[in-house]
Amino acid sequence: MNSHKRVLIADDEPNILLSLEFLMRKKGFDVFIARNGSEAMEIIKKQKLDVAVLDIMMPDIDGYQICKYIKEHEAYANCKVLFLSAKSKEADIEKGFATGADAYVTKPFSTRDLMQRVLDLCQ
Amino acid sequence: MINSWVLIGISLGYWVLLFAIAWGAERLKLTGKSLSNSPYVYSLTLAVYCTAWTFYGSIGKVKDGGIDFLAVYIGPTLMAVPSWFILKKIIRICKAQQISTIADFISSRYGKNLSLAALVTVFLFFGIIPYISLQLKAISESFNLLTQSGQFIGIPKGLSIFGNTALIMAIGMAVFAVLFGTRRIETSEKHEGMVAAVAFESLIKLIAFIAAGLFVCYGVFDGFGDIFSKANQVPSLQKLFTLPEEGGYANWFWTCALSGMAVIFLPRQFQVAVIENTNEKHLNKSIWLFPLYLLLINIFVLPIAFGGQLIFNNVGVDSDYLILDIPLLFNQKALALLVFIGGYAAATGMIIVETIALSTMFSNHLVIPMLLAMDPSNAKLHDNLSRIIIQSRRVGIIFILTAAYLYYKAISGHYSLVSIGLISFVSVAQLMPAIIGGIFWKKGNKLGALVGLILGFSIWFYTLVIPSLAGTAFISDHFVLTGPYQVWWLKPYALFGLHGFSPIVHSLFWSMLLNVSAYVGFSVFSDQTVTEQNQAEIFVEVNRYAPLLESTSSWKGTAYMPDITSLLANFLGSVRTNQALNAFAQRNNINLNENKADPKLVAYAERVLSGIIGSASARIMVSATVKEEELKIDELLNILKESQQLMRLNKELTRKTEELERARNELESVNSRLKEQDELKDDFLTTVTHELRTPITSIRAFSEIIFDNDDLEAEERKQYISIIIKETERISRLISQVLDLEKYDSGKQKLVIQEVNLQGLVEQSSIAVDQLLREKGIILIKDFSPSVTAVFLDEDKIQQVLINLLSNAIKFTTDEIVLKLRYTETHWRLYVEDNGPGIPQELKELIFEKFYQAKNQTIRKPKGSGLGLAISKRIMELHQGNLVLIDNPAKGAVFLLEVPFNPLNLQYNEQS
Repeated sequence: MNSHKRVLIADDEPNILLSLEFLMRKKGFDVFIARNGSEAMEIIKKQKLDVAVLDIMMPDIDGYQICKYIKEHEAYANCKVLFLSAKSKEADIEKGFATGADAYVTKPFSTRDLMQRVLDLCQ
Repeated sequence: MINSWVLIGISLGYWVLLFAIAWGAERLKLTGKSLSNSPYVYSLTLAVYCTAWTFYGSIGKVKDGGIDFLAVYIGPTLMAVPSWFILKKIIRICKAQQISTIADFISSRYGKNLSLAALVTVFLFFGIIPYISLQLKAISESFNLLTQSGQFIGIPKGLSIFGNTALIMAIGMAVFAVLFGTRRIETSEKHEGMVAAVAFESLIKLIAFIAAGLFVCYGVFDGFGDIFSKANQVPSLQKLFTLPEEGGYANWFWTCALSGMAVIFLPRQFQVAVIENTNEKHLNKSIWLFPLYLLLINIFVLPIAFGGQLIFNNVGVDSDYLILDIPLLFNQKALALLVFIGGYAAATGMIIVETIALSTMFSNHLVIPMLLAMDPSNAKLHDNLSRIIIQSRRVGIIFILTAAYLYYKAISGHYSLVSIGLISFVSVAQLMPAIIGGIFWKKGNKLGALVGLILGFSIWFYTLVIPSLAGTAFISDHFVLTGPYQVWWLKPYALFGLHGFSPIVHSLFWSMLLNVSAYVGFSVFSDQTVTEQNQAEIFVEVNRYAPLLESTSSWKGTAYMPDITSLLANFLGSVRTNQALNAFAQRNNINLNENKADPKLVAYAERVLSGIIGSASARIMVSATVKEEELKIDELLNILKESQQLMRLNKELTRKTEELERARNELESVNSRLKEQDELKDDFLTTVTHELRTPITSIRAFSEIIFDNDDLEAEERKQYISIIIKETERISRLISQVLDLEKYDSGKQKLVIQEVNLQGLVEQSSIAVDQLLREKGIILIKDFSPSVTAVFLDEDKIQQVLINLLSNAIKFTTDEIVLKLRYTETHWRLYVEDNGPGIPQELKELIFEKFYQAKNQTIRKPKGSGLGLAISKRIMELHQGNLVLIDNPAKGAVFLLEVPFNPLNLQYNEQS
């Protein structure tokens, strides 16, 4: 059912990438991996993504900038953005949505909950 | 050769300068800047004590008396501390009571008595006028010395008036005193111009004297030692090094005591020290500055005196003027002129102040009481009063200077400078019992003061003044030699057969004995009037009452506003009267529009009048204007006590308010400190929880994956579980480091310092990271310079630092790490160099902060707890060492560790 959905996972923590990649593939997504902001940007430009799961704190380009880029360009209108961040304060979450995110999940997260959110975004 | 016109020109020029200074100071005061409001100017004006007598006479005195002359300066020096207390008290009394002369002070204390003030004034005229003549004599003689020295030529015959220097001097002085001494009607006001001029003159005379001294010591002779050793070889000079044998010490002691009194009670000293005082705090500096001045002006007296005797051997010179003769002999015209001006300054300063002080007494205590005695309520008189007062002061000035000039013409040619001065001293010493008793002893009364003063002055007159006239046309020599009518016990220099003292000490002894006895005796055995009681209370307890005297009324009765206003307007004019009354009313919350005058206002009016015409006359004027009742001493005390309580309450309240304010400020600063710490703690907590989230996230994710997926490959499952284990380790490491750091920050962490083999320790640390090195294929190059091996340190902690630095280097380096061990004289140094990407300049300091990325949270640091370097830095600081990142021109980071060989200088027995 999700065989054609394309997902980007961008995070600088290898363990997060490893676990999310496992979970997404299991659900049948096409998974793209980025270890930092610039890798994420390249993938966004090349691949027609359905969902981008973005960490906020990354060494080069942070999640906010990437999200803004996606939301500002008509070409990526179909790409939903989900922030996955350790920043869990009310203000942080508000800022995430203000940047244009479609969903916000705080770390540590429940894998089932996260997957449900990603699936919802794909509807 | 210098034309004598030059001398005349310089003298005139000096006068012009003096006038300009006085005028400038008065102008400056108008702009709000007061020269007299300085402890240095104040101390300089006190130096008006040093007259021509000091300038010329001290040197002359050495010829006969050796170091005798010093007593006149040691007395005031010894008095410096007691006079601080006495003057402070007198200044407060004079400010509170608007007293403007020493005669007024005495009269005011003893019930505002007119006759007492007049008596003191007349006595002081007798005592001081010879002293003024003495100054004229000094100027005149020094002028003649210069013009007849052969250094100056061409005194024009027709200008012989210039030969009569004393007369010209007296005229110049009169002009100055009239201009700057009688400008304002309130004598209790300061004479700004006079003060500035006198301070300047004190400076000039000091400079001139020291210049002459230096010339004699180093220009003529070969220093102090040379003069003294040469003088010591001359028998007639040798004996001058000590006091004369017969009665020497007793004379010396009494002269000290005498000058100690004179320095306070001479009218000119009273004028500058008390009346012209602008701030009693100036006493704190003058207490040592004035003695310092006396010391400076006396340093060269002996060298000049001895030098002069050695040069001239008493032939052809008056020893009083050696200070002029020496420069003239050596053809030093400029120096001779400077010395002449110095002596001129010493004399004019004294005459100006003394004349102003005496003329105020003349007008307030002689002229005005006479006018009032004619008809106190005479309306016509009232209209002209202020003009009459000013005129009478001017007349006084001219009268005094004329008298001094005539005395100089008639008598003073016979006497040396010092003897006339000391005669004056004895006369003013007579004021001592009445003043000192008056401010410390409430029982001292008018009758005691009056009888004491009359007896003291009579003895003085008989034992010093009359004999000084002996041999002149007035009195024959027999009077002194055998006593009047051959009565031996009436011999003026040996009264009642008292022998062995100098005439001065002899006179001082008898006059003071009778004066003090009469003062004490009559005071004890007679009563005080009510006014006397009230004034005694205020004078003796002035330190208690001074602050509240303005706002209390020491007066009782009925008075009407128009009467008070017109009384003051007679003296001040209606504009200034209204100004003064309005200001006072505002300060004390008094309604001026009521017809009946407030008692406080009446008391204030009387004080203002006192400042103009003296307290006794003011008393008479006020009592003639209003209807009064007698204010009993217990009523006065009650009034004073009430205001005192009020003031104390006020003070208490102010103190309490200040305390509260202080407490509030303290609380505020503590609060802001706490807030700051709270914020730091918050920051730290946020960072720590954030750092914990990352491993927990991984652990949770993989745990759930394993839990939900029974079908995982064994290999996959094992990998995920190993991640969970590693992340758990990361959490425990973080927790222990946080706790560690907390220990350092709170100071709980202690070092265990031991003697350690340094190279061994570095080797051990590198072995600990051996595994990591091999995994990443990194080469570790060791470069140890052999020298010190045993150092003192905490082995475990330093190893922790080394391992931390090595692990960091392993994380970032490309392929090799260099460890360099070096030594300075006191420290060992370890460099850890990698060839990784290096650390940007702007992060050089930041990396040593805990979780340095916390400030910029969207940028993440390389992996690690973020606490390793922070802890390492603290360990180094505990070792009194340092850990820094040093600049490296090549790629890569270089950390430098620097530690003293023996931090804390620990000994073996302190190691544990």
